[in-house]
Amino acid sequence: MAKQILSFTVNDEPVDVLVQPYVTLLDALREDLELTGPKEGCGTGDCGACTVHLDGKPVASCLMLAMQARGHAVRTIEGLGAIGALHPLQDAFVRLGVPQCGFCIPGVLMAAAAVIAETKHPTEEDIRYGIAGNLCRCTGYTKMVAAISEAAAQR
Amino acid sequence: MRRFDLATPHDVDDCLKLLAERGETKLVAGGTDLLPQMKNGLIRPARVIDLSGVPEVHVLAPDDGRGFRVGAAVTARQLERDPRIQSAYRSLAESGALVGSIQVRNLATVGGNICNAAPSADMAPPLVALDAEAVIAGPRGRRRVPMAAFFTGVRRTVLAPEELLLEFSVPAPGPHSGSCYLRHTPRRELDIAVVGVASQVTLANSVCTKARICLAAVAPTPVRATAAEQALEGQRLTPELIEQAATLAIEAAKPISDQRGSVEFRRHLVRVLTRRTLTTALARASA
Repeated sequence: MAKQILSFTVNDEPVDVLVQPYVTLLDALREDLELTGPKEGCGTGDCGACTVHLDGKPVASCLMLAMQARGHAVRTIEGLGAIGALHPLQDAFVRLGVPQCGFCIPGVLMAAAAVIAETKHPTEEDIRYGIAGNLCRCTGYTKMVAAISEAAAQR
Repeated sequence: MRRFDLATPHDVDDCLKLLAERGETKLVAGGTDLLPQMKNGLIRPARVIDLSGVPEVHVLAPDDGRGFRVGAAVTARQLERDPRIQSAYRSLAESGALVGSIQVRNLATVGGNICNAAPSADMAPPLVALDAEAVIAGPRGRRRVPMAAFFTGVRRTVLAPEELLLEFSVPAPGPHSGSCYLRHTPRRELDIAVVGVASQVTLANSVCTKARICLAAVAPTPVRATAAEQALEGQRLTPELIEQAATLAIEAAKPISDQRGSVEFRRHLVRVLTRRTLTTALARASA
Protein backbone atom coordinates (compact mmCIF):
# COMPACT_ATOMS: atom_id res chain seq x y z
CA MET A 1 0.00 0.00 0.00
CA ALA A 2 1.92 2.96 -1.29
CA LYS A 3 1.28 6.53 -0.30
CA GLN A 4 -0.40 8.64 -2.94
CA ILE A 5 0.18 12.26 -3.89
CA LEU A 6 -2.68 14.49 -2.85
CA SER A 7 -2.64 17.74 -4.84
CA PHE A 8 -5.21 20.29 -3.74
CA THR A 9 -5.61 23.82 -2.47
CA VAL A 10 -5.66 24.49 1.24
CA ASN A 11 -6.50 27.97 2.49
CA ASP A 12 -5.72 29.41 -0.96
CA GLU A 13 -2.27 27.75 -1.16
CA PRO A 14 -1.55 24.93 -3.61
CA VAL A 15 -0.39 21.89 -1.65
CA ASP A 16 1.12 18.52 -2.62
CA VAL A 17 1.32 16.03 0.19
CA LEU A 18 1.94 12.27 0.40
CA VAL A 19 -0.89 10.49 2.18
CA GLN A 20 -1.92 6.91 2.83
CA PRO A 21 -5.01 6.03 0.78
CA TYR A 22 -6.94 5.06 3.91
CA VAL A 23 -6.63 8.30 5.90
CA THR A 24 -9.45 10.80 6.20
CA LEU A 25 -9.21 14.40 5.06
CA LEU A 26 -9.35 15.40 8.73
CA ASP A 27 -6.30 13.28 9.57
CA ALA A 28 -4.35 14.59 6.58
CA LEU A 29 -5.11 18.19 7.59
CA ARG A 30 -4.20 17.65 11.23
CA GLU A 31 -1.33 15.17 11.01
CA ASP A 32 0.35 16.01 7.71
CA LEU A 33 -0.44 19.71 7.27
CA GLU A 34 -0.46 20.61 10.99
CA LEU A 35 -3.81 22.37 10.67
CA THR A 36 -5.24 21.40 14.03
CA GLY A 37 -8.21 23.79 13.95
CA PRO A 38 -10.60 21.11 12.68
CA LYS A 39 -11.20 18.63 15.51
CA GLU A 40 -12.22 15.02 15.72
CA GLY A 41 -15.20 14.82 18.06
CA CYS A 42 -17.13 11.73 17.07
CA GLY A 43 -15.51 10.55 13.84
CA THR A 44 -18.92 9.60 12.45
CA GLY A 45 -20.31 12.90 11.13
CA ASP A 46 -22.61 13.60 14.07
CA CYS A 47 -20.84 16.43 15.92
CA GLY A 48 -19.53 18.81 13.24
CA ALA A 49 -16.26 19.61 15.04
CA CYS A 50 -14.34 18.57 11.90
CA THR A 51 -16.26 20.91 9.57
CA VAL A 52 -14.19 22.44 6.76
CA HIS A 53 -15.20 23.95 3.44
CA LEU A 54 -14.78 21.92 0.26
CA ASP A 55 -15.14 24.27 -2.71
CA GLY A 56 -16.98 26.65 -0.39
CA LYS A 57 -19.42 24.10 1.02
CA PRO A 58 -19.26 22.83 4.60
CA VAL A 59 -18.41 19.14 4.86
CA ALA A 60 -17.56 16.69 7.65
CA SER A 61 -13.86 16.12 6.98
CA CYS A 62 -13.89 12.97 9.15
CA LEU A 63 -16.17 11.26 6.61
CA MET A 64 -14.06 11.99 3.53
CA LEU A 65 -11.00 10.16 2.36
CA ALA A 66 -8.12 12.61 1.99
CA MET A 67 -7.62 11.54 -1.64
CA GLN A 68 -11.21 12.51 -2.44
CA ALA A 69 -10.14 16.13 -1.98
CA ARG A 70 -7.72 15.89 -4.91
CA GLY A 71 -8.13 18.86 -7.25
CA HIS A 72 -10.49 20.62 -4.83
CA ALA A 73 -10.17 23.71 -2.65
CA VAL A 74 -10.29 23.16 1.10
CA ARG A 75 -10.62 25.91 3.67
CA THR A 76 -10.11 25.33 7.37
CA ILE A 77 -10.65 27.70 10.29
CA GLU A 78 -6.98 28.73 9.85
CA GLY A 79 -7.97 30.22 6.48
CA LEU A 80 -11.20 31.92 7.52
CA GLY A 81 -9.58 35.07 8.88
CA ALA A 82 -6.07 36.07 9.88
CA ILE A 83 -4.39 37.27 13.06
CA GLY A 84 -5.09 41.00 13.12
CA ALA A 85 -7.73 40.65 10.41
CA LEU A 86 -10.39 38.40 11.90
CA HIS A 87 -13.38 37.27 9.89
CA PRO A 88 -16.50 39.20 11.04
CA LEU A 89 -17.80 35.97 12.59
CA GLN A 90 -14.60 35.45 14.59
CA ASP A 91 -14.70 39.08 15.66
CA ALA A 92 -18.31 38.74 16.85
CA PHE A 93 -17.52 35.48 18.68
CA VAL A 94 -14.67 37.22 20.54
CA ARG A 95 -16.62 40.38 21.36
CA LEU A 96 -19.66 38.47 22.61
CA GLY A 97 -17.53 36.01 24.57
CA VAL A 98 -19.04 33.01 22.83
CA PRO A 99 -16.41 30.28 23.29
CA GLN A 100 -16.03 28.47 26.57
CA CYS A 101 -13.94 25.32 26.09
CA GLY A 102 -13.64 26.12 22.38
CA PHE A 103 -13.50 22.56 21.03
CA CYS A 104 -16.57 22.92 18.81
CA ILE A 105 -15.94 26.53 17.79
CA PRO A 106 -13.81 25.99 14.61
CA GLY A 107 -16.55 23.74 13.24
CA VAL A 108 -19.32 26.12 14.29
CA LEU A 109 -17.55 29.05 12.63
CA MET A 110 -17.11 27.16 9.35
CA ALA A 111 -20.79 26.13 9.38
CA ALA A 112 -21.80 29.71 10.22
CA ALA A 113 -19.59 31.10 7.44
CA ALA A 114 -21.53 28.94 4.99
CA VAL A 115 -24.84 30.21 6.39
CA ILE A 116 -23.96 33.87 5.93
CA ALA A 117 -22.40 33.20 2.52
CA GLU A 118 -25.56 31.44 1.27
CA THR A 119 -28.20 33.61 2.96
CA LYS A 120 -28.08 37.38 2.80
CA HIS A 121 -30.27 38.16 5.80
CA PRO A 122 -30.43 34.93 7.80
CA THR A 123 -33.24 34.63 10.33
CA GLU A 124 -32.68 32.99 13.70
CA GLU A 125 -34.31 29.88 12.17
CA ASP A 126 -31.85 29.95 9.21
CA ILE A 127 -28.92 30.22 11.62
CA ARG A 128 -30.13 27.45 13.92
CA TYR A 129 -30.78 25.20 10.89
CA GLY A 130 -27.33 26.04 9.50
CA ILE A 131 -25.53 25.01 12.69
CA ALA A 132 -27.80 22.04 13.49
CA GLY A 133 -24.93 19.73 12.54
CA ASN A 134 -22.63 21.17 15.21
CA LEU A 135 -22.82 19.92 18.77
CA CYS A 136 -21.67 22.10 21.64
CA ARG A 137 -21.70 20.70 25.15
CA CYS A 138 -20.66 23.73 27.21
CA THR A 139 -21.05 27.14 25.53
CA GLY A 140 -24.66 26.62 24.47
CA TYR A 141 -26.18 27.96 21.32
CA THR A 142 -27.81 31.24 22.41
CA LYS A 143 -24.68 33.37 22.24
CA MET A 144 -23.56 31.65 19.04
CA VAL A 145 -26.81 32.56 17.31
CA ALA A 146 -26.55 36.15 18.56
CA ALA A 147 -22.97 36.48 17.32
CA ILE A 148 -23.73 34.96 13.91
CA SER A 149 -26.75 37.22 13.58
CA GLU A 150 -24.64 40.27 14.43
CA ALA A 151 -21.87 39.32 12.00
CA ALA A 152 -24.43 38.77 9.23
CA ALA A 153 -26.02 42.18 9.87
CA GLN A 154 -22.65 43.97 9.81
CA ARG A 155 -21.76 42.95 6.29
CA MET B 1 -9.36 2.53 9.68
CA ARG B 2 -7.99 -0.78 8.39
CA ARG B 3 -5.64 -0.37 5.48
CA PHE B 4 -6.94 -0.62 1.95
CA ASP B 5 -5.89 0.23 -1.57
CA LEU B 6 -7.68 3.11 -3.24
CA ALA B 7 -8.52 3.13 -6.95
CA THR B 8 -9.58 6.36 -8.64
CA PRO B 9 -11.14 5.51 -12.03
CA HIS B 10 -11.97 8.24 -14.53
CA ASP B 11 -14.89 6.63 -16.32
CA VAL B 12 -17.49 3.89 -16.05
CA ASP B 13 -15.50 1.35 -18.10
CA ASP B 14 -12.45 1.75 -15.84
CA CYS B 15 -14.70 1.29 -12.88
CA LEU B 16 -16.29 -1.89 -14.28
CA LYS B 17 -12.85 -3.37 -15.01
CA LEU B 18 -11.85 -2.77 -11.39
CA LEU B 19 -15.10 -4.31 -10.13
CA ALA B 20 -14.50 -7.42 -12.27
CA GLU B 21 -11.20 -8.12 -10.48
CA ARG B 22 -11.09 -10.43 -7.47
CA GLY B 23 -11.06 -9.37 -3.86
CA GLU B 24 -13.32 -7.64 -1.40
CA THR B 25 -14.09 -4.27 -2.99
CA LYS B 26 -16.28 -1.37 -1.92
CA LEU B 27 -17.39 1.64 -3.93
CA VAL B 28 -17.21 5.00 -2.16
CA ALA B 29 -19.14 8.09 -3.28
CA GLY B 30 -19.95 10.37 -0.35
CA GLY B 31 -18.56 7.96 2.23
CA THR B 32 -20.96 9.04 4.98
CA ASP B 33 -22.32 5.52 5.48
CA LEU B 34 -19.23 3.64 4.35
CA LEU B 35 -16.53 5.36 6.42
CA PRO B 36 -18.22 4.83 9.81
CA GLN B 37 -18.70 1.15 8.88
CA MET B 38 -15.01 0.86 7.94
CA LYS B 39 -13.87 2.77 11.02
CA ASN B 40 -15.66 0.42 13.41
CA GLY B 41 -14.48 -2.66 11.49
CA LEU B 42 -17.95 -3.75 10.37
CA ILE B 43 -16.60 -3.98 6.83
CA ARG B 44 -12.97 -4.48 5.87
CA PRO B 45 -12.53 -4.08 2.11
CA ALA B 46 -9.12 -4.78 0.60
CA ARG B 47 -9.81 -2.15 -2.02
CA VAL B 48 -11.98 0.92 -2.24
CA ILE B 49 -13.01 2.47 -5.55
CA ASP B 50 -13.60 6.22 -5.38
CA LEU B 51 -16.35 7.43 -7.73
CA SER B 52 -15.63 11.14 -7.38
CA GLY B 53 -13.64 11.20 -10.64
CA VAL B 54 -16.32 9.43 -12.73
CA PRO B 55 -18.32 12.22 -14.45
CA GLU B 56 -21.27 10.05 -15.53
CA VAL B 57 -22.50 9.35 -11.99
CA HIS B 58 -22.66 13.08 -11.20
CA VAL B 59 -25.25 14.00 -13.85
CA LEU B 60 -28.29 16.03 -12.73
CA ALA B 61 -30.16 17.06 -15.86
CA PRO B 62 -33.46 16.83 -17.75
CA ASP B 63 -33.81 13.67 -19.80
CA ASP B 64 -34.93 14.96 -23.24
CA GLY B 65 -38.38 15.91 -22.01
CA ARG B 66 -39.07 12.47 -20.53
CA GLY B 67 -38.13 13.32 -17.00
CA PHE B 68 -34.92 13.75 -15.05
CA ARG B 69 -31.60 11.98 -14.78
CA VAL B 70 -30.31 11.91 -11.21
CA GLY B 71 -26.76 10.54 -11.07
CA ALA B 72 -25.96 8.11 -8.28
CA ALA B 73 -23.31 10.49 -6.89
CA VAL B 74 -25.60 13.54 -6.77
CA THR B 75 -25.57 14.76 -3.18
CA ALA B 76 -28.54 15.05 -0.84
CA ARG B 77 -27.80 18.78 -0.60
CA GLN B 78 -27.97 19.17 -4.41
CA LEU B 79 -31.42 17.56 -4.46
CA GLU B 80 -32.50 19.72 -1.52
CA ARG B 81 -31.51 22.96 -3.26
CA ASP B 82 -31.99 22.37 -7.00
CA PRO B 83 -34.96 24.52 -8.13
CA ARG B 84 -35.89 22.00 -10.86
CA ILE B 85 -36.09 19.17 -8.31
CA GLN B 86 -37.94 21.41 -5.83
CA SER B 87 -40.64 22.23 -8.37
CA ALA B 88 -41.30 18.95 -10.22
CA TYR B 89 -40.00 16.36 -7.73
CA ARG B 90 -40.75 18.01 -4.41
CA SER B 91 -40.78 14.80 -2.35
CA LEU B 92 -37.26 14.00 -3.52
CA ALA B 93 -36.02 17.46 -2.50
CA GLU B 94 -37.78 17.05 0.86
CA SER B 95 -36.17 13.68 1.52
CA GLY B 96 -32.74 15.02 0.57
CA ALA B 97 -33.18 17.83 3.09
CA LEU B 98 -33.75 15.33 5.91
CA VAL B 99 -30.54 13.28 5.61
CA GLY B 100 -28.01 14.07 8.35
CA SER B 101 -26.69 17.61 8.77
CA ILE B 102 -25.66 20.10 6.05
CA GLN B 103 -22.05 18.92 6.49
CA VAL B 104 -23.22 15.35 5.84
CA ARG B 105 -25.63 16.27 3.03
CA ASN B 106 -22.86 17.99 1.07
CA LEU B 107 -21.14 14.58 0.94
CA ALA B 108 -23.94 11.99 1.17
CA THR B 109 -25.22 10.81 -2.20
CA VAL B 110 -28.58 9.53 -3.37
CA GLY B 111 -26.92 6.40 -4.77
CA GLY B 112 -25.21 5.74 -1.45
CA ASN B 113 -28.46 6.15 0.46
CA ILE B 114 -30.14 3.67 -1.90
CA CYS B 115 -27.29 1.11 -2.14
CA ASN B 116 -26.78 1.12 1.63
CA ALA B 117 -30.42 -0.10 1.59
CA ALA B 118 -31.36 0.68 5.16
CA PRO B 119 -35.12 0.11 5.63
CA SER B 120 -35.29 3.72 6.88
CA ALA B 121 -33.46 5.29 3.89
CA ASP B 122 -35.20 8.64 3.33
CA MET B 123 -34.55 8.98 -0.39
CA ALA B 124 -36.00 5.55 -1.25
CA PRO B 125 -39.77 6.20 -0.81
CA PRO B 126 -39.89 9.27 -3.10
CA LEU B 127 -37.98 7.43 -5.86
CA VAL B 128 -40.33 4.43 -5.59
CA ALA B 129 -43.41 6.69 -5.55
CA LEU B 130 -42.09 8.57 -8.60
CA ASP B 131 -41.84 5.26 -10.54
CA ALA B 132 -38.11 5.89 -10.99
CA GLU B 133 -35.80 3.28 -12.50
CA ALA B 134 -32.24 2.50 -11.48
CA VAL B 135 -29.82 2.45 -14.41
CA ILE B 136 -27.13 -0.17 -13.73
CA ALA B 137 -23.91 -0.83 -15.66
CA GLY B 138 -22.38 -4.29 -15.63
CA PRO B 139 -20.02 -6.53 -17.62
CA ARG B 140 -22.84 -7.47 -20.01
CA GLY B 141 -24.07 -3.94 -20.64
CA ARG B 142 -26.68 -1.80 -19.01
CA ARG B 143 -29.99 -2.70 -17.43
CA ARG B 144 -32.85 -0.78 -15.86
CA VAL B 145 -34.60 -1.90 -12.68
CA PRO B 146 -37.75 -0.24 -11.32
CA MET B 147 -37.05 1.20 -7.88
CA ALA B 148 -40.01 -0.80 -6.53
CA ALA B 149 -38.00 -3.97 -7.34
CA PHE B 150 -34.51 -2.68 -6.41
CA PHE B 151 -34.45 -3.66 -2.74
CA THR B 152 -34.35 -7.36 -1.82
CA GLY B 153 -33.92 -7.16 1.97
CA VAL B 154 -32.31 -5.26 4.81
CA ARG B 155 -29.08 -3.85 3.30
CA ARG B 156 -29.61 -6.03 0.20
CA THR B 157 -30.32 -4.95 -3.36
CA VAL B 158 -30.44 -6.44 -6.87
CA LEU B 159 -26.91 -5.12 -7.56
CA ALA B 160 -24.34 -7.82 -8.33
CA PRO B 161 -20.79 -7.30 -6.98
CA GLU B 162 -19.47 -6.53 -10.48
CA GLU B 163 -22.20 -3.97 -11.19
CA LEU B 164 -22.29 -0.20 -10.76
CA LEU B 165 -25.38 1.93 -10.12
CA LEU B 166 -25.11 4.83 -12.59
CA GLU B 167 -28.20 6.97 -12.14
CA PHE B 168 -31.91 7.13 -11.49
CA SER B 169 -34.21 7.78 -14.40
CA VAL B 170 -37.14 9.69 -12.94
CA PRO B 171 -40.16 10.12 -15.24
CA ALA B 172 -41.85 13.51 -15.37
CA PRO B 173 -44.96 13.28 -13.16
CA GLY B 174 -46.93 15.34 -15.68
CA PRO B 175 -49.26 18.30 -15.17
CA HIS B 176 -51.47 18.51 -12.06
CA SER B 177 -49.17 16.24 -10.09
CA GLY B 178 -48.02 16.71 -6.53
CA SER B 179 -45.81 14.84 -4.11
CA CYS B 180 -44.74 14.95 -0.49
CA TYR B 181 -42.32 13.10 1.80
CA LEU B 182 -42.64 13.20 5.57
CA ARG B 183 -41.06 11.16 8.31
CA HIS B 184 -41.39 10.97 12.04
CA THR B 185 -38.29 11.41 14.20
CA PRO B 186 -38.07 12.18 17.93
CA ARG B 187 -35.63 15.04 17.19
CA ARG B 188 -35.91 17.62 14.42
CA GLU B 189 -32.43 17.17 12.95
CA LEU B 190 -29.90 14.37 12.54
CA ASP B 191 -32.15 11.46 13.25
CA ILE B 192 -33.34 8.27 11.56
CA ALA B 193 -36.95 7.79 10.45
CA VAL B 194 -39.22 5.83 12.78
CA VAL B 195 -41.57 5.79 9.79
CA GLY B 196 -41.32 7.65 6.47
CA VAL B 197 -44.03 8.06 3.83
CA ALA B 198 -43.89 9.42 0.29
CA SER B 199 -47.10 10.16 -1.61
CA GLN B 200 -47.52 11.09 -5.24
CA VAL B 201 -50.82 11.96 -6.95
CA THR B 202 -51.79 13.05 -10.46
CA LEU B 203 -55.17 14.66 -11.20
CA ALA B 204 -57.23 15.12 -14.37
CA ASN B 205 -60.46 17.14 -14.09
CA SER B 206 -60.21 16.86 -10.29
CA VAL B 207 -60.15 13.06 -10.47
CA CYS B 208 -57.08 11.14 -9.28
CA THR B 209 -55.66 9.31 -12.28
CA LYS B 210 -52.60 7.98 -10.52
CA ALA B 211 -51.62 7.51 -6.88
CA ARG B 212 -48.42 6.17 -5.39
CA ILE B 213 -47.71 5.68 -1.71
CA CYS B 214 -44.43 4.25 -0.44
CA LEU B 215 -43.62 3.50 3.19
CA ALA B 216 -40.17 3.35 4.81
CA ALA B 217 -38.95 1.73 8.03
CA VAL B 218 -41.98 -0.56 8.39
CA ALA B 219 -40.61 -3.61 6.52
CA PRO B 220 -37.21 -5.00 5.44
CA THR B 221 -37.50 -2.86 2.29
CA PRO B 222 -39.51 0.21 1.30
CA VAL B 223 -43.04 -1.01 0.42
CA ARG B 224 -45.84 0.38 -1.72
CA ALA B 225 -49.29 0.63 -0.14
CA THR B 226 -51.07 -0.67 -3.23
CA ALA B 227 -54.50 -1.18 -1.64
CA ALA B 228 -54.49 2.45 -0.55
CA GLU B 229 -53.35 3.57 -4.02
CA GLN B 230 -56.20 1.64 -5.66
CA ALA B 231 -58.75 3.18 -3.32
CA LEU B 232 -57.72 6.63 -4.59
CA GLU B 233 -57.37 6.08 -8.35
CA GLY B 234 -60.42 7.06 -10.38
CA GLN B 235 -61.90 9.01 -7.46
CA ARG B 236 -62.20 12.61 -6.32
CA LEU B 237 -59.83 12.99 -3.38
CA THR B 238 -61.92 14.07 -0.40
CA PRO B 239 -60.64 14.21 3.19
CA GLU B 240 -62.82 11.16 3.93
CA LEU B 241 -61.30 9.16 1.08
CA ILE B 242 -57.78 10.17 2.11
CA GLU B 243 -58.53 9.01 5.66
CA GLN B 244 -59.80 5.71 4.25
CA ALA B 245 -56.61 5.28 2.17
CA ALA B 246 -54.46 6.13 5.19
CA THR B 247 -56.13 3.33 7.14
CA LEU B 248 -55.67 0.92 4.20
CA ALA B 249 -51.95 1.83 4.06
CA ILE B 250 -51.47 0.18 7.45
CA GLU B 251 -52.08 -3.20 5.77
CA ALA B 252 -48.87 -2.80 3.74
CA ALA B 253 -46.79 -2.17 6.85
CA LYS B 254 -45.08 -5.13 8.53
CA PRO B 255 -43.11 -3.26 11.17
CA ILE B 256 -40.91 -4.55 13.96
CA SER B 257 -40.59 -3.16 17.48
CA ASP B 258 -37.17 -1.71 18.22
CA GLN B 259 -35.61 1.12 20.22
CA ARG B 260 -37.08 3.67 17.83
CA GLY B 261 -40.70 2.55 18.00
CA SER B 262 -43.13 -0.27 18.70
CA VAL B 263 -45.21 -2.11 16.10
CA GLU B 264 -48.35 -0.29 17.30
CA PHE B 265 -46.71 3.14 17.18
CA ARG B 266 -45.34 2.53 13.70
CA ARG B 267 -48.75 1.40 12.40
CA HIS B 268 -50.27 4.55 13.88
CA LEU B 269 -47.57 6.67 12.20
CA VAL B 270 -48.23 5.04 8.83
CA ARG B 271 -51.86 6.18 9.01
CA VAL B 272 -51.02 9.72 10.17
CA LEU B 273 -48.16 10.29 7.73
CA THR B 274 -50.06 8.78 4.80
CA ARG B 275 -52.96 11.14 5.50
CA ARG B 276 -50.67 14.15 5.82
CA THR B 277 -48.55 13.40 2.73
CA LEU B 278 -51.62 12.69 0.60
CA THR B 279 -53.27 15.91 1.77
CA THR B 280 -50.16 17.94 0.94
CA ALA B 281 -49.59 16.13 -2.37
CA LEU B 282 -53.20 16.85 -3.34
CA ALA B 283 -52.84 20.54 -2.45
CA ARG B 284 -49.65 20.76 -4.53
CA ALA B 285 -51.30 18.96 -7.48
CA SER B 286 -54.24 21.35 -7.32
CA ALA B 287 -52.08 24.48 -7.04
